[in-house]
Amino acid sequence: MSLLALLYILAAALFIMALKWMSSPATARRGVMAGEVGMLLAVVGTLMRQEVVSYEWIVGGLLVGAAIGVPLAILMPMTHVPQRTAISQACGALASALIGTAEYYRQYPSGFTMGALALEILLGFLTFTASLMAFGKLNEMLPSRPITFKGQNFVNLGLLLAAVGIAVSLIINPNQPMLFPIFVGLAMTFGILLIIPIGGADMPTVIALLNSYAGLSAAAMGFALDNKLLIIAGALDGSSGLILSIIMCRAMNRSFTNVLFGAFGQLQAAAVGGEVKPVRSASPEEAAQILEDARSVIIIPGYGMAVAQAQHKIRELYDALTKKGIDVKFAVHPVAGRMPGHMNVLLAEADVPYDKLVEMDDINPEMGMTDVALIVGANDIVNPAAKNDPTSPIAGMPILDAYKARTVMIIKRGMAAGFAGIDNELYYAPNTLMLFGDAKSFVASLVKELAGGH
Amino acid sequence: MNYEFGLYVFMLAAFVGFELIRRVSPLLHTPLMSLTNAIASISVVGAILVSGEEHASILSRVLGLIAVVAATTNMVSGFLITDRMLKMFRKREPKSK
Repeated sequence: MSLLALLYILAAALFIMALKWMSSPATARRGVMAGEVGMLLAVVGTLMRQEVVSYEWIVGGLLVGAAIGVPLAILMPMTHVPQRTAISQACGALASALIGTAEYYRQYPSGFTMGALALEILLGFLTFTASLMAFGKLNEMLPSRPITFKGQNFVNLGLLLAAVGIAVSLIINPNQPMLFPIFVGLAMTFGILLIIPIGGADMPTVIALLNSYAGLSAAAMGFALDNKLLIIAGALDGSSGLILSIIMCRAMNRSFTNVLFGAFGQLQAAAVGGEVKPVRSASPEEAAQILEDARSVIIIPGYGMAVAQAQHKIRELYDALTKKGIDVKFAVHPVAGRMPGHMNVLLAEADVPYDKLVEMDDINPEMGMTDVALIVGANDIVNPAAKNDPTSPIAGMPILDAYKARTVMIIKRGMAAGFAGIDNELYYAPNTLMLFGDAKSFVASLVKELAGGH
Repeated sequence: MNYEFGLYVFMLAAFVGFELIRRVSPLLHTPLMSLTNAIASISVVGAILVSGEEHASILSRVLGLIAVVAATTNMVSGFLITDRMLKMFRKREPKSK
């Protein structure tokens, strides 16, 4: 066995260990280390291969990539993690697509190799443009609400079929270099069209799915280049993205096809209007008083917390309440935010101990015994319509049972509907108090009240 | 038949991936995604092979080089930010504050 094979096997084992260690926060950093060492072994091993002769450019490329990657990781604020993931994914997918392109023009392969290359290129380019679109939407450079047009699904399906048709034709006869750019163009257009109808609330699912595509593209490259390490790493990434998007879909009680082709949020226009129902609101002083009298408080963060950058103030509120002997926990819905686990990262950044961040299924039984549920910038994930109203667009979606708490307080800028565009009956419930204002400044005044009081 | 062997490898790795990821707590889903995203930059191996070959055409070399840069960006930023995120996950509040 050659040294190269040994290095590749070690790298593959380290990638598997990396994922295994990710299962618990106690070992997760060791997991990252394992992943890094694995990648280092893979790169060093590849550079040592006899067929690789020109180093200068490659080393230059590695350095340039590192020079872009380091600031991207270090300067990016934590609230921008979904954007960073999207742009990083776009880079990875582009790499894989370009390698496929180079391979095609190098050897015009046929049969199985061409099939693998076509899959690599298709997934690579479509993930590239789709990730860029997702980045634009997450960064609010593009409108984050879904854009739909008539016959959209037919256009998308037609594009995909055309791309597959060309791929088949290339597999049969690879010597059709004029067909190849059309194939690339179709893949890139399909990626753009795939994301256009996706609304902000569906981003966690889509980001995870694109992650899976990028991995599958790398695995396909492994088949084309006959490289087992690529196959293993790609398969790990592919299955991880897939399982995460399945978890996200389940947390919204929706199917894949529904997320990708359903264009959630179309009802936004329809939901506007209707009668004005009375709501009860409260000032920071009143809200602070209620919090002070509580024995248990559950804080429910949503995307609004990320937008308002309120996580640090919330941590101060957590401190102030804990100091008064009040039991404070955080209830985190799986799809709160714009990517899987988004809320956990923000709260961890603000130094909230992670054992206080409780998953939906574990916290829901406690809701009925809780004095105050404080909802910060969340809407659909606490909307009881998901349980009570079978005609609601979010019917059947598992929610955090905030309505069961003795008092529900909702910090919200105004009465606008959430991403699903549906009204929330929780706002009008007799035990609900609306706290109108920017999440960050409202929580800050709560903290001030609590400190000043006693 | 080498492809057959490759498909076996793919199937087994996918199963391992499924079983490992299923165990990851939702708490860590964001770092997990950045880590797997970083691991997907393994395509840098392909990029090095394509651009470093002795008789590579100009086209291969240019495409390969762009791929090296893109994959390295993905890799470096992915690993670094995963670690940066994980550093923030603490069980108890730090006493020294």
